[in-house]
Parts: sequence; structure tokens; C-alpha cells
Amino acid sequence: MEEKKPKFKPNPKLPRQALPVLNAEVRSTSAREVALGFSAEQVGIEAQRCLQCAKPTCVNACPLHIDIKSFIVRMVEGDYQGAHDVISEQSPFPGVCGRVCQHELFCEDACIVGKKWDPVAIGSLERFAADHARLRMKELTAEEPAHPTGKKVALVGSGPASLIAAYDLARKNYRVTVFEALHRLGGVMIYGIPNFRLPREILKEEIARLQHLGVEFVTDFIVGKTATVEDLFEEGYEAVFIGTGAGLPYMMGIPGENLIGVYTANEFLTRINLMEAFDPEADTPVLVGERTIVVGGGNSAMDAARWAKRMGSETIVLYRRGREELKARLEEIEHAEEEGVVFHFLAAPVALYGDENGFVQEVECIRMELGEPDDSGRRSPVPVPGSEFRIKAQTVVAAIGQAPNPTLQKATPELKTKRGKIVIDEWGATSMAGVFAGGDVVRGGSTVILAMKDGRAAAAAIDRALNPQVEVAAEEVTQ
Amino acid sequence: MTRILAKRQLAPEVYLLEVEAPRIQKRWKPGMFIIIRPTDQSERIPLTIVDSSAERQSITMVIQAIGKTTKEAVALPVDGALADLVGPLGEAATMTTGKKVVCMAGGVGVAELLPVAKAFHDAGNHVTALCGARSDNYRILDEELKAGVDRLEWATDDGTFGFHGNVVQLLKSIAGPGDFEEGHVIGPIPMMKAAAEATRDWGLKLHASLNPIMIDGTGMCGGCRVTVGGEVKFACVDGPEFDAHLVDFDELTRRNRAYRDWEAKTMERHACRIGLDVR
Repeated sequence: MEEKKPKFKPNPKLPRQALPVLNAEVRSTSAREVALGFSAEQVGIEAQRCLQCAKPTCVNACPLHIDIKSFIVRMVEGDYQGAHDVISEQSPFPGVCGRVCQHELFCEDACIVGKKWDPVAIGSLERFAADHARLRMKELTAEEPAHPTGKKVALVGSGPASLIAAYDLARKNYRVTVFEALHRLGGVMIYGIPNFRLPREILKEEIARLQHLGVEFVTDFIVGKTATVEDLFEEGYEAVFIGTGAGLPYMMGIPGENLIGVYTANEFLTRINLMEAFDPEADTPVLVGERTIVVGGGNSAMDAARWAKRMGSETIVLYRRGREELKARLEEIEHAEEEGVVFHFLAAPVALYGDENGFVQEVECIRMELGEPDDSGRRSPVPVPGSEFRIKAQTVVAAIGQAPNPTLQKATPELKTKRGKIVIDEWGATSMAGVFAGGDVVRGGSTVILAMKDGRAAAAAIDRALNPQVEVAAEEVTQ
Repeated sequence: MTRILAKRQLAPEVYLLEVEAPRIQKRWKPGMFIIIRPTDQSERIPLTIVDSSAERQSITMVIQAIGKTTKEAVALPVDGALADLVGPLGEAATMTTGKKVVCMAGGVGVAELLPVAKAFHDAGNHVTALCGARSDNYRILDEELKAGVDRLEWATDDGTFGFHGNVVQLLKSIAGPGDFEEGHVIGPIPMMKAAAEATRDWGLKLHASLNPIMIDGTGMCGGCRVTVGGEVKFACVDGPEFDAHLVDFDELTRRNRAYRDWEAKTMERHACRIGLDVR
């Protein structure tokens, strides 16, 4: 896309626009999306705050290298469609990323305006462009899809890593098939991220863009079970990308963990998000009692707590460290608090007690204090002897992290792994010829945007492997 | 979508469904299971694979229609389709060779036992199958079993066919310590538990195929966790088969009742809406 000279005078001193959100009282009983998105007026103000830097640090900081500077010029001019086109050069998922990407850690962290004032709200602008383009994208994806004619590539898992790889490869005329184990597409974005953060129609529409590019999606297909990696090669796929995510929950390892009403965050969220248990008419149930205790301090913990609250439960997040150490996005923490989720810091569960039918009734906890920093650089919690106390709860959710799902690895012993994670080189290649990997199956528990970064790198590596004559641009090589 | 090729009623409420599944028929082994969703609103439910046909590119499952989802499944017509079918899941049943093997099942578990009993037989074991049913007209797959094992005995709760009593009573009436070296048990939890208790000192290695509540079936949710020998295991990926003498059956019983009240309400609501009979 041509370089556009800004026809406006940047004004970074204007106040950063606050993202309108649904009233906390309304949303604490509803599955409706919390963040409502900017008004056109807000977009006008916010976009003008961009300095249009000669060397835009935000673009480099974006794991997908979206041309933020260019799309913002178009936003100032009210050319939202043009802005969407600029974003689409790098990403077909502005609706998803505008909602779930941690902009504060990437583009907005790098924004020069942020050195003196608040950074430009790039994430909210991205979302606006996406929402504005929805109707046109719907019309577009209703048209006859493309029929790529190139080599066949199999992508395993339909989460963010595979989806961006599908976009990059389909645009290069590869015949791409995405294999998904579950019955719905999106991976963690469908089973893990709640509707109130990412409405399902947004995800569906952006996946439809890939279908329109000729990407084939196969649900109910578990590579390692339904077919092996070797089978895929025999069926004519010339490269395989493994983006199977981190779907093996850690257990707390305390007495009473198998009582009824005790869930892993994965199960709790899968029941509610994937199987729609928030709808009282749904066939899949979830037990949400009068009080729910969520153990953990990451995004899954916030998601579980906010669902429990929405389903009418008094909800407590129990975290063994302090508020400073919470790993969840700040916005999610604030939203949870506004919705009435209560935080108990510096406490951890040590045992769970149930009634005679095996339903959990009480959580025994112990107070913690922070000691020396651990491997993660955060001060590690140390139990305070004799400080045990009990809280009544009918639902307990353990949101204490997860390891890579081992299904494919188990069936593919030649794939080198380290502590369950697939080992890759700097190009995303695994120990097996023609097999690449990325996202949480390589990283352990990480984020949507870093999974996308890996998927993009792997797609480039696959392209190089299958079309060795392709010249490699320098910026494609760096990780 | 998975096409239904054939449907046959085996006993009251018990149906055999043959569905098109070219990949699964090629890769499954006795003891493995699948997960289905009859409609695109249904729960995901696990079912043991009973048989397959390379010629028809199909697999067979046997369903006892007692809940909303299972009733929906058996209500589908031939040439209709299941919304979803995924598998094969879980590990294959433990096999051995040249041994005296006892295979025990009750109710719809008899169907699930069939492939495992046949596999034991084909692997060169002497297989005794002990099968239980409520009454004579609830006995299923008698001929198939007879053809697949060395000895087949039936027990019925009301004595209308074979031994009068349950499978474990039948076992104790025909055998004792040392008579069998290896065994497999599948069926209602009380029956599996009783079989484990009865044979604890028999020097018999008894494998139980467990049936906990599951969602994804790939180890992702942990809903199917069971305690075996004091350790937490995920039945979907570590099992479904475990050492019967180490399984905490009481915990499994409780966990499988987790949604009983909820299910009763759903069934009522469902029956009101579409006029299915509620038992």
C-alpha cells in the first residue's frame, strides 16, 4: 500500500479516549460483550493523537507488524475501510486482536506518545476498523471462495497459531487444511476466551475470511488419533504445522480435589464457552453454587471468575501472591473488580472438604507471605505456619496453568519434546522433516498474539521449505 | 456430519448404530472409544467402539437410550447423520496371550465387551465370557459373543435365562482363586466394583474399563479424572482401562452422579417439549 502523507496535525495532548464499557451491574448478569468500542467521534480524537513517527516503533513492536501508522492516517480521514485494508495486509483478525491482544505490552508500550502522555489507544482503533468492516466482509465471504492450486499443507489445531499460518499460506496459493479436534473452530478462542470478551460471531466471521481464501477446515479430527502425522504426509501434505496449544491442565494436588464442584479452569470454561452452559437451555451443565472460589491469578482465572459471577455466584479469586503479581491483563482485573469479583491475596488452598455425597463445601486455605524472588523474577510465596482458615464454597475452579496437550506427541515419538513442549529451531522447524510447530505447544501457556507470531514465522518457514527459490526478506527472518 | 448406515434395536432401550467412519474403522483397537454429538445442540458423550467393517468403511456403537442425548441419538433415522463423531480415543485394552481369561460385562457393557473378548480369543487365550442382563429379553449380542469366545455364560437378575443372579455371583459360582489369570470387566460401576472385590485375592489381573463423565476426550478438561492407586488419572487419555483392584469406585460413583438432579430436570423439560416418554 502506498505511503500516505498525513494531512492532519497530530495532537498527542488530547486526552486518550476511554473505551466505553457496558455498565458493570448489567454485565455482571449477562453474556453480552463488556467493551462496547469507540464512537466515531472518539476515533477522530484518538487517531489524531498519533504522531505519525518517521520510524514507527509501534509497527516493529506489533508481533504481526501491522502498519499501524498507515491505518491510523486513514482513521483520521474517516476512511475506516481503507484502514481495514491496511490491517488486512498483515492480519485477517483485527476483530479478534482488537479485543484480546495485549496491546499494552506491544504496540501501545512502544508508542512514542506514551513517553510523555498516555499512548495512542491502538487496540481500540483496530477494533473500530474491524467492526466497521463487518458488513463488507460478510458480503465478501459470501462470494465464491478461492481455489488455491499449490502444494498441500496441513495445520493441526484451529487456534490462533494455525489460523494466521493458514492466512499467510493460502495467500501464497497453498492448499491449506486445518484439522481441529473439537466440533467448533478457534481453539482457545472458542473454548477458553469468554463470549463477553470475544463475541462468537466476530470469531466466526474472521474465520470465514480464511474459508473464502480457500482454506479447508476439518472438525472432529485429532491428529495422532484419527490419523497420524505420517498418514498426512502419505495423503499428499508436504508440510505439517502443529499448533495444538496448551490443553493439559495442572491439578492442585491437594486432598479433596476430585470432589464434585471442583473444576479445572479448562473444564469450567469449556463447559461454559464451548458447550454454552451459561444458557440455561443448553444440554451441557455446569455447577455454579452460591459461592465460587477461583484459584490463580492469570487470564483464565479472571475469565472463570467473571463467568461465575455472571451465573449468579458470589465469587472470590484466591491468589497466593499479591495484587502486583497478578498475571492477568490489567483491564480484565479491573473489569472483574467492577463486576463484584472479590480478591483474596496472599492465600492458597491446602485442602477441600465435601459433604457425604461428595460435593465440595469448604476450602481450607493458608496465608502466604512473599519471600525471595523465584525463577520468574517474582517474589515467591511462603506459607505462614498456623495461619489456616476456611471459606465455604460450592464451586472451586483451579486456574493454575497448563502444559501442552500431549496427544499428538504421544503418537509421534520421533518428535523431540522438552518437558512436554515441542522443541523447535529458530525457523519453527521440529526434529521431524517437514514438521513445524508454534504457539502454546511450544511455549507452554502464552497468549493469542504470540501464538499468531509463531504461526506467521512457521508459515514463512514452510514456504521457504516448499519453495526453496523464494527470496527471504530480512524482516521475515528475525523472530 | 456422520451418516448412519444401519440401526437395529437389540433390547428394550438398547440400539445398535452403524455409522460411516472410514478413518476410525482403520485405526481403532478394542477398548477404544469415540465421542458423539447427535445434534448440533447436544452434549458430547463417549461411547465404546463395538465393531467395524472395512468393507462398509464403518464402525458400530451400542447405545442405551436413557438420557436426553442418548435418546436423541437413537431417534435419528438410517441415512440421517450424527452432528459429530470423533475418535478413536483412549488407549487399547491390555492384551495377553496363552492365558485363561475371564471377561465380564453387565447391561449395555456386554456390547462393549464383545471386541475385547474377541481380541483376547484371537490372541490365543482361553476366554470365558460372563454376561449379565436384567431379564432374558435384555440379553444382547448373544450369537456374536458365542462365536467369538470359548465359553459364554449368562446371568439374569430374574432368572429367566441362565444363572439366576448377577455376573459376580455367577463368577463366584463357577470359579475361584487361580482359575483365571487375566480378566476384563465393563459395565455398571457397582458391578465392576463387586467384581474387583470378589477377585482381590484370586491372583487375577483384572482390568476395568471406566465410564466417567467426559467433555473433550483428549485430556484437555480433566473432567473424567479418576483415582487409581491413590493417583489422579484422566480416563480419556490414561485409560479408559485401569487396574480394577486399584480404582476408587466409590469416588467414580459419586462423580458420575454430579449432574443427576440437573439431568432429571432437563429430561422433564425435553419430554414436555417433544413428547418423548420419561422413565
